Amino acid sequence: MTDVTRTDTVAAAKVQTDARPGRLREFWSYFSENRGAVIGLVVFGLLVVVAVFAPLVAPFHPNEQFRDHLLSPPAWAEGADTRFLLGTDAVGRDILSRLIFGARYSLFIGVVVVSISLIGGIVLGLVAGFFRGWVDTAIMRVMDVLLAFPSLLLALVLVAVLGPGLVNAMIAIALVAQPHYVRLTRAAVMAERNRDYVTSARVAGASRLRLMFVTILPNCMAPLIVQAALSFSNAILDAAALGFLGMGAQPPTPEWGTMLAEAREFILSAWWVVTFPGLAILITVLAINLIGDGLRDALDPKLRRS
Amino acid sequence: MFGFLFRRIGLVIPTFIGVSLVAFFLIRLLPGDPILLMAGERGLSPERYAELMGRYGFDRPIWEQYAGYLGSLIQGDFGTSIITKKPVFEEFFALFPATVELSICAMIFAVVLGIPAGVVAAVKRGSGFDHGLMATALVGYSMPIFWWALLLIIVFSGILQWTPVSGRISLLYFFPSVTGFMLIDSLISGQKGAFASAASHLILPTIVLGTIPLAVIARQTRSAMLEVLSEDYIRTARAKGLSPFRVVGVHALRNALIPVITTIGLQIGVLIAGAILTETIFSWPGIGKWMVDSIFRRDYPAVQGGLVLIALMVMVVNLIVDMLYGLINPKIRHTR
Amino acid sequence: MPLLDIQNLSVDFKTASGPFRAVDGVSMTVDAGEIVSIVGESGSGKSVSMLALMGLLPWTATITADRMLFDGHELAGLSARQRRRIVGKDMAMIFQEPMSSLNPCFTVGFQIGEALKVHLKLDRKARRRRVIELLEMVGIPAAAERVDAFPHQLSGGMSQRVMIAMAIACQPKLLIADEPTTALDVTIQAQILELLMQLQSETGMGLVLITHDMGVVAETAHRVSVQYAGQKVEEQAVAGLFADPHHPYTAALLAALPERATSRRLPSIPGVVPGQFDRPTGCLFSPRCKFATERCVTKVPPVQGRQAGYALCHYPLAGGRPVGHPGPGATIHPDLQEVA
Repeated sequence: MTDVTRTDTVAAAKVQTDARPGRLREFWSYFSENRGAVIGLVVFGLLVVVAVFAPLVAPFHPNEQFRDHLLSPPAWAEGADTRFLLGTDAVGRDILSRLIFGARYSLFIGVVVVSISLIGGIVLGLVAGFFRGWVDTAIMRVMDVLLAFPSLLLALVLVAVLGPGLVNAMIAIALVAQPHYVRLTRAAVMAERNRDYVTSARVAGASRLRLMFVTILPNCMAPLIVQAALSFSNAILDAAALGFLGMGAQPPTPEWGTMLAEAREFILSAWWVVTFPGLAILITVLAINLIGDGLRDALDPKLRRS
Repeated sequence: MFGFLFRRIGLVIPTFIGVSLVAFFLIRLLPGDPILLMAGERGLSPERYAELMGRYGFDRPIWEQYAGYLGSLIQGDFGTSIITKKPVFEEFFALFPATVELSICAMIFAVVLGIPAGVVAAVKRGSGFDHGLMATALVGYSMPIFWWALLLIIVFSGILQWTPVSGRISLLYFFPSVTGFMLIDSLISGQKGAFASAASHLILPTIVLGTIPLAVIARQTRSAMLEVLSEDYIRTARAKGLSPFRVVGVHALRNALIPVITTIGLQIGVLIAGAILTETIFSWPGIGKWMVDSIFRRDYPAVQGGLVLIALMVMVVNLIVDMLYGLINPKIRHTR
Repeated sequence: MPLLDIQNLSVDFKTASGPFRAVDGVSMTVDAGEIVSIVGESGSGKSVSMLALMGLLPWTATITADRMLFDGHELAGLSARQRRRIVGKDMAMIFQEPMSSLNPCFTVGFQIGEALKVHLKLDRKARRRRVIELLEMVGIPAAAERVDAFPHQLSGGMSQRVMIAMAIACQPKLLIADEPTTALDVTIQAQILELLMQLQSETGMGLVLITHDMGVVAETAHRVSVQYAGQKVEEQAVAGLFADPHHPYTAALLAALPERATSRRLPSIPGVVPGQFDRPTGCLFSPRCKFATERCVTKVPPVQGRQAGYALCHYPLAGGRPVGHPGPGATIHPDLQEVA
């Protein structure tokens, strides 16, 4: 019934592709159509700038204590010291400065976790999807086992065994994020490996490694990039949760989850010490998820799931 | 159907063996001597040390130790807590109903709000409601729930004083546990106000735990409905002269539910992870809080046993979801 | 009074690139017991006009008509609820893709029974009895067992039979069949057409057969309406249409039939149906018409009289010759002459 209109949109799309913009250009034109994604990208860019230039941007050192300004409320509230824009915490540290330095930790955690799990996941997934047989079965059973544990619980126990701390938290989170990458890569490889272009590369005498990494991998990247965005935000959330439970970064590190844990006892007396670190987590995660949605729509319309 | 069932159960067995391996070796990763670790600060006489060594089998080769461990798991022995000296299995199932009650409430909260919201958003695609709902869902999906819990406590327990801060029921009430579910037990007890107290204790934890599943289910329902609504069979249903309510609520929803059910199943793991945080914040005496407490008390047998039991629960729930999936999707039911 | 009487029906779609007129001033009538065929290429708006009649178009469509009378009811004035009492009961429709037109989650029996439940308020037992009866009517073997089958267990031909059973469940006065055989195997096509003819003659319902297949038209229809780019370009009784087409488009369609081919090469109509962006001025068929003159490009053609098959043409054909045409020298597509 709508084939009339459909042919027209196809025609319109054709007009666009006739101009043959570069791949990146084309991606950007789709991505920028999504207003939320652009907002997310802008916010994320600001966060990166703030994190990189934290010592210049922050008004104080994150651990500097102002003993006569304990639990000073935010600047606009009554009885506030306007030097402390978002107030101070229980030991007199400037919350804004701590949040600014905290951005470094969150982004660092995200980058490290995504890099580890992405590289590990791609290698394992490529091997499983490419070789099949018992190698595949073994890898996938191990991933099933990892998926049987709720991710935060496994990370928590791992950190408990390895010892609390930021590095161990990152290792644990990267490990529990692994199965998703392996599954995605394997599925994509299995879909691609019987395509004609792979066969022709094989017939032309490409080595196995070349087939895996040069021929097949670039064509499997779309879902992996989307998953990377998703697990970036998950890593930040999980690290903050571990910090909140006392198993992540240890005080006095200005990590946002750890700040929340320290602030817990003041929830009914000093709302600002609780509100701002959480808001920082929410805004960061939201920005990354917006980018992730935009990436999904731009890279592969078929991936529009949840 | 039975073939499908057997194949599916066949997949569970190697996973379970893997889970037991993880639990077994995770504890072996701990630095130091396991017996001394268990004994803690008190120290041990050499005789007692040798006796414990023999009892726990630490003097035997590692694969023999693992075989013994797997054997005891199969017999239902999940270890003994070194703090309470009670079997882990017993402790786990004493606290389990509290977590189940909270999880069920959270899931009902998420499903009851999420599915209708997703359906309406899909039917009114592009409307203000649709945009508003999707924006809200993305915020909910990005929510650090431990912070969300604290915010709700500030507003509803602090400022408005509507809800209690922690626990399952007010200390004023005491009655024997019949089902383990506080809502049901409080009704059975017949004590005035007991049910209201139990319910008011449940509200905030339910909202906190249900937020992420709610966001995920609303988003998934919307996209599944959008896909289904453009199918030819929806046009057929409308051509029969059915009401829009019946077209959407019966013909479209039934098909859209197939991916949604999968999503709900996948949320079970999320729910348990969320229960760890939610129960800790609200002092909810369930397995999530118990796991965290055990980790902090260095009660490693309890952590080990709890890990295996929770993984087992997740596997069983996934199995049930797969069965449900077969029930709702005739195409799977008939593949042999 | 005809069973169905549509006058000057237009359907516009809102699209991202502006409005698009899919149906442009189409009129048609169907009498009780009559088989009317609507022919045209894909994109000619032949399904859209019938979907508009059934109220099945998406909200992006705007429907305007001078008259849309069905069985004495003015459909345009009815509320959605009142229209639903007619749709599926007195007026039913079957579609091109039988496999995807059945809901995969419900049994065949449930889906057929639904119309009986909603319109005739039959109880569960009566419904089941009637469904089995219907399945037997449409020639499904072992109907008592197939009642509980799911659509994925049926072949395409079987699915279309089920769709037909569903459509005739409430004994409609008008059945609209939208390319009912296009998606089926050639051998099955004939069976389904035969079934439709048989059911039509048994029940005496009106039948609108939408198709792009002139062969199907010749075998089945009483009267034919030819549509092109959303407009009706000709309407005639079937014998007259095949013997003496009055619109150049009809003539070209007929010439493209293999059984009518005179030369070794099968003639085709060059070009495609105009879309949203390349809509010509004047006569919409002028870019593809071998008789087109300057006038055809500039002036909108008139609707000719009954004698000339209501042809929408400046120079309607009579016996294959364009009446009033200034001569071959005036045509603007000399290249098309040679092809034909």
